[in-house]
Amino acid sequence: MAGSGVAHMRNDDGVVLEVRDLVVEFKVGGGRVVKAVSKISFDVCRGETLAVVGESGCGKTTLGKAVLQLPPPNSGDVIFEGTNLTKLPREQLRSARTAIQMVFQDPISSLDPRMPVRDLIEEPLSIWQRGDETERAAKINELLNNVGLDPNLVLDRRSYEFSGGQCQRISIARSLALEPRMLICDEPVSSLDVSIQAQILNLLQDMKDRYGLTMIFISHDLAVVKAVSNRIMVMYLGKICEVGSPDAIYTRPAHHYTSALISSVPIPDPTRKKTTVPLQGEPPSPVAPPSGCRFRTRCPAATEQCAAEEPQLREVSPGQFVACHHPRG
Amino acid sequence: MTTMMSIEDLHVKFATPFGSLEAVRGASLDIPAGMSVGVVGESGSGKTVLCRASMGLLSGSNVQREGKVVFDGKELTAMTRDQVRNEFGTGMAMIFQDPMTALNPVRRIGTQISESLRVRLRMDGKAARARSAELLSLVRIPDPEAMLRKFPYQLSGGMRQRVMIAIAISCNPKLLFADEPTTALDVTVQAQILQLLSDLRRDLKMSMVLVTHDLGVVANHTDFVAVMYAGEIVEQAPTIELFANMKMPYTEALLNSIPNIEMKSGARLKAIEGRLPSPVDRPTGCGFVTRCSYALQKCHDEHPPLVDAGNGHLYRCWFPLGHTIARKQ
Repeated sequence: MAGSGVAHMRNDDGVVLEVRDLVVEFKVGGGRVVKAVSKISFDVCRGETLAVVGESGCGKTTLGKAVLQLPPPNSGDVIFEGTNLTKLPREQLRSARTAIQMVFQDPISSLDPRMPVRDLIEEPLSIWQRGDETERAAKINELLNNVGLDPNLVLDRRSYEFSGGQCQRISIARSLALEPRMLICDEPVSSLDVSIQAQILNLLQDMKDRYGLTMIFISHDLAVVKAVSNRIMVMYLGKICEVGSPDAIYTRPAHHYTSALISSVPIPDPTRKKTTVPLQGEPPSPVAPPSGCRFRTRCPAATEQCAAEEPQLREVSPGQFVACHHPRG
Repeated sequence: MTTMMSIEDLHVKFATPFGSLEAVRGASLDIPAGMSVGVVGESGSGKTVLCRASMGLLSGSNVQREGKVVFDGKELTAMTRDQVRNEFGTGMAMIFQDPMTALNPVRRIGTQISESLRVRLRMDGKAARARSAELLSLVRIPDPEAMLRKFPYQLSGGMRQRVMIAIAISCNPKLLFADEPTTALDVTVQAQILQLLSDLRRDLKMSMVLVTHDLGVVANHTDFVAVMYAGEIVEQAPTIELFANMKMPYTEALLNSIPNIEMKSGARLKAIEGRLPSPVDRPTGCGFVTRCSYALQKCHDEHPPLVDAGNGHLYRCWFPLGHTIARKQ
């Protein structure tokens, strides 16, 4: 699994973001290098939500940040609306980046505890000198109303006075202040209660419709992803395992890893007994990933070929691509 | 069926600058020997306080506990602190939510596991070390000898939670409290840890209280469920009975808000709007009245009593699901 390839890339006018052969590595001392993202390519069409799914440490957050050049990738291209972000000088990059915003995982620590909500949301507007004072005030009110908060009650309060769900609403309002065309959500609901999760997921869908956003939604939970995505990309140790529509991925996962992820999701029905064994063990270290297919050490179908040769992404059904020598089904 | 722990009309109040805050309001719950009981609710519903208060872990001048807790035939609420402490480890043990902060960062894993063995079971260093290694293999950690020498920062979240479990079961407790043991973990690791806990409970003949906010987790790993809301147990029943025959609108809403892997992709989630009422300003009638889509005038005015529906199924609702009175929706 976990291979390279570009078979899943679409060559269509609707493509807003195109990422090619992205590599992100971190030096960790002693000459060792963490291979967080290894030659990943993908594209996102306008108005689409691409979900990036995988376990902790698979490189999904690094991938999301690398799109924003935070930090710039070691190699590869990130082409957003025809501009290659990796080649832009610093100032142009800053201004190009206003069109892509990020919502972070931990809503409480991603907001400055000393700033009142008014300043939190105004900050991006004042940095980019959008509008005068009255226009900004109107914009802040509009954003807060849209994310379901009452401006009169929240404007002068600070982040520590709010619950996790409310903080995430404030983060979303802040990320929308500059009217971005793309939103990268990094595990936006994983630190929230299930009941609040549903509220925030619905809110993100509403905001996507209202502002015409294209989204990259990063998550480890396939159940959460199902509710929001149009296309799913499953990652393992810095490589792509499988790309496809939610229907294809959930009803006939071709990759053994995808299938293991699906069977790990708890089903709220005590009469149903699990038929599949959860995935054993933990991912190997990204400092020394296995040769060939990176999933082979935990894969039930691994053979010698998997150790020797890295699988390339190929189409197994229309729109469904898998990097595996021995796909399921 | 013998009862391992019985909690009768437990009230826990905290004195705060805003007045007395009643975190648990008259909870009664029996934990049968050898069974697993799930306590489900949102953040702030009082589930953690219920567990800690039953174990006698809450103390201080601002805490007021009323009611009776009987553990293994002994009345904990009538015992001195030292007597209660004597029950820890060999009688009751607890696994905390966050495996990152529950372990001491500057002591080796081996030292932390053998501590309770030396203190509680009076083992010498050598025996404690051997037993620690055994415990680590019991929680399915590969190469336990090497693990004994490691520090917590060298381990992943899943591995740390396994170490926490090893510490908790080190003195063969009769009752294990697991407070959100998998909330901080990935879905794949969550599946492994829940399976491990279920297997250990069966093999070591323990009783277990599994605290979680996820009804999906409860469905597959418990025999009984108690649903908490605003400091009260609002519904309790054997797990199969609860899912087959829900009475409380809150339980239904909680179930509906879970992103289900079998739902249509892109379908809107049924979020529970609003949030828990503040514990210093609770509604006079039913605690859930502010968010309940079925609420009638009576629900606002009168506090619903606990109703026995038979088969060990109890609930607190004036108009339970399936009731014949016409609902607003």
